[in-house]
Amino acid sequence: MILLQVVVSGLLMGAVYALFSSGLTLIWGMMNVVNFAHGDFVMLAMYAAFFAFTLLHLGPAFFIPGAAAVLFVLGVVVYLGLVRHVARGPMLAQILGTFGLALVLRYAAFWAFTANFVSLPDNLVGGTFDIGGLRIEASRLLGGVLALAITLGMHLVLTRTMLGSRILAVAEDRNAAMLMGIRPDRMQALAWGVGAASTGVAGALIAMFFYISPTVGESLSLIAFVVVCLGGFGSVPGALVAGLGIGVIEALSAYLIGAVYQDVVVYALFLLVLWVRPQGLMGTA
Amino acid sequence: MKQWPLVLLGFVAIAAWPLLTDDVFLQRLGALVLLAAISASAWNLIGGYAGQVSIGHSVYFGAGAYASLVLYTQLGWPPIAGAPVGMLVAMALAAVVGTPTFRLRGHYFSMATIAAAELARILVANWKLLGAAVGLMGPPVPRSVVDLSFISPVPYHYLFLAVLVVLLGLTWQMQRSRMGYYLAAIRGGDRAARSLGVPVLRYKLYALLLSAAFTSLAGSLYVVMVGFIDPDSALGILISVKMVIVAALGGSGTLFGPLIGAIILVPLEETTNAVFGGSGTGVTYIVYGAIIVLIARFRPGGVADLWRSITVRMARRAA
Repeated sequence: MILLQVVVSGLLMGAVYALFSSGLTLIWGMMNVVNFAHGDFVMLAMYAAFFAFTLLHLGPAFFIPGAAAVLFVLGVVVYLGLVRHVARGPMLAQILGTFGLALVLRYAAFWAFTANFVSLPDNLVGGTFDIGGLRIEASRLLGGVLALAITLGMHLVLTRTMLGSRILAVAEDRNAAMLMGIRPDRMQALAWGVGAASTGVAGALIAMFFYISPTVGESLSLIAFVVVCLGGFGSVPGALVAGLGIGVIEALSAYLIGAVYQDVVVYALFLLVLWVRPQGLMGTA
Repeated sequence: MKQWPLVLLGFVAIAAWPLLTDDVFLQRLGALVLLAAISASAWNLIGGYAGQVSIGHSVYFGAGAYASLVLYTQLGWPPIAGAPVGMLVAMALAAVVGTPTFRLRGHYFSMATIAAAELARILVANWKLLGAAVGLMGPPVPRSVVDLSFISPVPYHYLFLAVLVVLLGLTWQMQRSRMGYYLAAIRGGDRAARSLGVPVLRYKLYALLLSAAFTSLAGSLYVVMVGFIDPDSALGILISVKMVIVAALGGSGTLFGPLIGAIILVPLEETTNAVFGGSGTGVTYIVYGAIIVLIARFRPGGVADLWRSITVRMARRAA
C-alpha cells in the first residue's frame, strides 16, 4: 500500500515534470537549441506565484495564469534579445548564451530573495483526500491533473490546429516553411513564449506544495534534460510518458534507497540513456 | 608569431608582480589569477581547441583536490604528493566518462557533463572517507617544507607560474603539431573531420586526458594553497563555470586567451567579494552570468578575437 502511495505521488509530480519538459522539448525541436535556463524559469514562476499570493493576496485561480503570462513574455523577450542571435553563432555561443542567463536569473534571485527557503501555506487548496486508503494532498492532485491536462492540450494544439502545424513545419524544415509563407522567426518566438509559459504554469503548480529557493532551478533543469532525452527530442507525448516515468522513478528511489540518492538515480539513468541511445528512448533522429 | 616581444614582456611583468607590491591582498590576487589561468587553460584543451564545451570539469578539479587531502588525512602524505595520484584518477575518470560521452555532439555533450558533475558532487557529499558534506582539512601547521604551507602568497605565485608555463608550452607544441590541426578540424564539425580521415574519438580522448590531468593538478594546487575542501568548493557547478567563462572571455581555443580572461575576471571577482562581503559570491555570479551572455551575444571569440580584429584593422590602415 505504501508502495502504491509512493507511485501515485510520483505520478502527480511527474505530470508537472512532463509539463515544463514539454516546453523544453518544443523549443529544442524548433531550433536545436537547449534552454539551459529552463529550470530557472520554473524557479521564477514559483517566486511569481509566491509573491502574487503574499503581496497581492491572489489565489491559485489568478496566480497560475498570471505566472504563465509573465513567463510567456520573458520567453519571447529572451528569444528576441538573445537566442535569435546566438543561434546563428558558434556552438560555444549557443551553449553559453542560455547558460549565462541561467546564472544571472539564479543569482539575481539569490540576491533579491536571499537563500532562505520560502513556501506557500499548506492549506491553499483544500486539505487531504482519502481515496481508498490512499492519502493525497489536494494541492498535489490539482497540480498533477492540471499539468496533465495542459500537456495534452499542448499536444492537441500542436497536432490539430493550423498554428500548431505552422510551428511543426518550421521545426521540420525552416526554409521549406518559409517558402510556404510561414515566418520562422515569429513561430520560433512563439515557441519560446509557449515553452516558457509551460514553466510558468508548472512553477505556479509546484509552488503550492514544494519549497521555493533560488537554486531549485538547477536540479529542475537537469530533470527537464532527462525527460526530454528519454522522451525523444521534440516530442511532447514522449515528454509526457518520460515525465511520468521520471516522477515515479524518483519517488521510488527516494523511498527505497534514500532521499539524498533520488537525484543520483535520475542522473545516472540520464547518462546511461545518452550513452546507449543518444537519440532518446522514443526518438528517431 | 610577431607578438613574441609582447608575450615575453607580459610574462616578465607577471613574474615581477609579487616583487612590486608589499600588499598581501595584491600578492594573493596574483597567485589566484595564475591558478584560474591554469585550470581555464586546461579546460581550453578540450573546450576550446577541440570545441567540446564541458560544463563538468569540476569532476577533474575535485579529483585533484580530494586526492591531495584524502592521502593526507588517511596516510599523512604531504598534499602536493597527492597531485600525481589525482592526475591519474582524473585521467581514469576522463577515459571512463569521456569515451561514451564523446559520441554526443554539441549541447548533448554539455548536458551530459553537467549531469556527471552533479552526480559526482552528490556522491562525494555522502561519502564518509571524503569527509561527506563537511569536507577535508589539510595540515593545520606545516610539518616540513614539503607541506608547501606558506603564510605569504609569493611562493605559490612562482609555483603556479611554473606550472602555467609548462602547460602553455605543451599547448603551444600541441597547437603546431598534427594534433592541433586534428582538433581544429573536430572543432569545425565531427562529421566533416571524420570524412577527412581524422580519428575523431581518439583525438577527443587525447585532448580530454591532457585537459583532465592539468585540471586535476589545478585542484591539488588549490588545496595546497587553501588547505581546505568541501563538495561545493571542489565539485560545485560554479567551479566548472568559472573555467568556461575565464577561457571564453579571453578567447577559447587560443593559447593566451585563458590567461587574459583570468587577468580580467579574477581581480573583478575578488573585488566584488571584498566589497559585498559574504553576499558577494551571489553578486559575483550575476556578473559572471551577464558577462557570459554578453560574450555569447556579441563576441563569441572573446578578447582574443577583439584584439585580432583591432590589429588587423591597424595593419590595414598602415598598408
